[in-house]
Amino acid sequence: MTIDTAVREEVIPAQTVRPAPSGRRRNARAHRGVSGWAVLALLVVAALLMLFPFWVAIVNAFKPPADYIADGPISIPTQLDFTALVDFWNGVNFNQKLLNSLIVSGSVAILAAALSLLSAFAIGIGRIRGRVWVLAVFMVAFTIPQEALVYPLFVLSRDLYLYDTLAGVIIILAVLQSAFGTYMLSSVLGAFPLEVLEAARLDGATRFQTLRLIVFPLTRPTLAVLITFFFIWTWNDFFLPLVMLPSAGNQTVSVALGALSGQYTSDPTALAAASLAGILPAIVFFLIFQRTLMRGVNLGAIK
Amino acid sequence: MTQLSVQRPNARPNRGERPGGYYWYIVPGAVGFIAIVLLPFAMNIWYSLTRWSGVGIPQFIGLENYARLFVDQTFWASFLHSAAFIVAMAIIPTAFGVFIAAVLFDYISPRFGTRIASFLRATFYLPQILPIAVAGVLWSWMYQPQYGIINTILRNVGMGDLAQNWLGDSDFAIYAVMNVLIWLRIGYTVVIFMAGLSRVDPALHEAAEIDGAGWFQRFRAITLNQLRPEIAVVLITTSVAALKVFAPIFVLTGGGPGTATIVPAYFSFTNFFTTNRVGYGAAIATVLAVLVTVIAVALLRYQTRNTEGFEK
Repeated sequence: MTIDTAVREEVIPAQTVRPAPSGRRRNARAHRGVSGWAVLALLVVAALLMLFPFWVAIVNAFKPPADYIADGPISIPTQLDFTALVDFWNGVNFNQKLLNSLIVSGSVAILAAALSLLSAFAIGIGRIRGRVWVLAVFMVAFTIPQEALVYPLFVLSRDLYLYDTLAGVIIILAVLQSAFGTYMLSSVLGAFPLEVLEAARLDGATRFQTLRLIVFPLTRPTLAVLITFFFIWTWNDFFLPLVMLPSAGNQTVSVALGALSGQYTSDPTALAAASLAGILPAIVFFLIFQRTLMRGVNLGAIK
Repeated sequence: MTQLSVQRPNARPNRGERPGGYYWYIVPGAVGFIAIVLLPFAMNIWYSLTRWSGVGIPQFIGLENYARLFVDQTFWASFLHSAAFIVAMAIIPTAFGVFIAAVLFDYISPRFGTRIASFLRATFYLPQILPIAVAGVLWSWMYQPQYGIINTILRNVGMGDLAQNWLGDSDFAIYAVMNVLIWLRIGYTVVIFMAGLSRVDPALHEAAEIDGAGWFQRFRAITLNQLRPEIAVVLITTSVAALKVFAPIFVLTGGGPGTATIVPAYFSFTNFFTTNRVGYGAAIATVLAVLVTVIAVALLRYQTRNTEGFEK
């Protein structure tokens, strides 16, 4: 499972793998001792340092600008002031960005999963010749820096009237991400129970029927995990949406926030509010998706 | 294309026999790959052999762009900074990650319960869920020299002398960016290594404990050894990611001040879209692509040789 979970470096949520109680914990808890508490205290301090930026974003997003000028960024706000958040939200038309990001991420996730399933069906079940090479070549889509593709993609999409459209970005990202999905699904389907496929063959099922009625339902949990990964990766993706979606009406959340760099420097609470607006959806997805992802890693562990 | 495969009811879907019809299922993926990766990459190589501003007709100049690259200070500086980001994104998070994961897993967890360990792990992981652009906005605000929280705290505790223009001073900018990347990456390594640790046979630890091995001895002899596959995978993926780093630079420093934090990806980006030297940008991107691929393949081969086969 190591490579499956680790190949793409971004999103693997914390809740996926709980530390299994190991054998030596069967008895009573180990002795805590002074050193135990000291180590815990040290870790808690480190964890608080990790959380600190989130904390200052929340505190300052709701702080009246006068408070900030008087007491600086550390103080707790004297009253909850939503103006900075509301100003940012309306100023960049954040609802529109959220909608764009949802459309792009959702479509990429579904499309990439479908592409991955088709390719993995040929590689894992069909065992087509040269499959190792096909996989290796596909993985190039995964390692290649997007800078080496971006200008031609920019030119091609302009010629095809896909530049500055959500559809263009969706197609590109779906293909790039399906490389990882193909890799992961191929190894899952490679271990697909032979008896099931044999039974389907005896019943006269065609390849497409096998895919639709047998392979698809049985791989649905893995597909759910893939779709979740793809969704979050796309949501966080920055470079291609930055280049391919220049107009404000098509921007995604990530790009809209990235465009803020260097702006608003005279208004300290505005940037905190903008950060918070970017943090909120990420946390929502984290809470929604963690169960799917937990199921997925359990699957991977059996493998 | 599905029609073709449905036409033959006698086709055998079991593996090993008559795989011909399965080729149709690779077609969509292959077409996509050719259109989105292969063709553009070939075009990029072609651009790199030309002088072109993005409009008009590219003018073929052979390897001139590459010749210029090798004497371009900025180009070498950008790769030097890549090395710094490998430290920040691969080496430091791996070192801290192994240690934190081991402490959480077999020090905190047996003494204070798995819930506390899980909770701490989640806090370390939290930065990882943020879009990098969001993290960038947040940190550039924290680094702000006048009203930013870091300088404010330094002044409040009487260390105002240490306050810096973190992102605006070419002596500090790269460390400031590295700090953000470490913050972003640690959670990833902690989670992967903790997952790896749950795979380790507890009997090993028990035996070592009975033999009187202390925690650090067990960490060195058992944990580090058992986690080797995970450490390899994490180092590979994070190093490749570090070579490709773009968004944090775009959001935090724009490669500056001057070229103090420029990286290859950002350097090619500015050539493409700011200075409109498409040929030169394409040459940088090609070099980067070749370098990343070679490193990734070399590391992957090394790793698969040491663990298990590529595809079983």
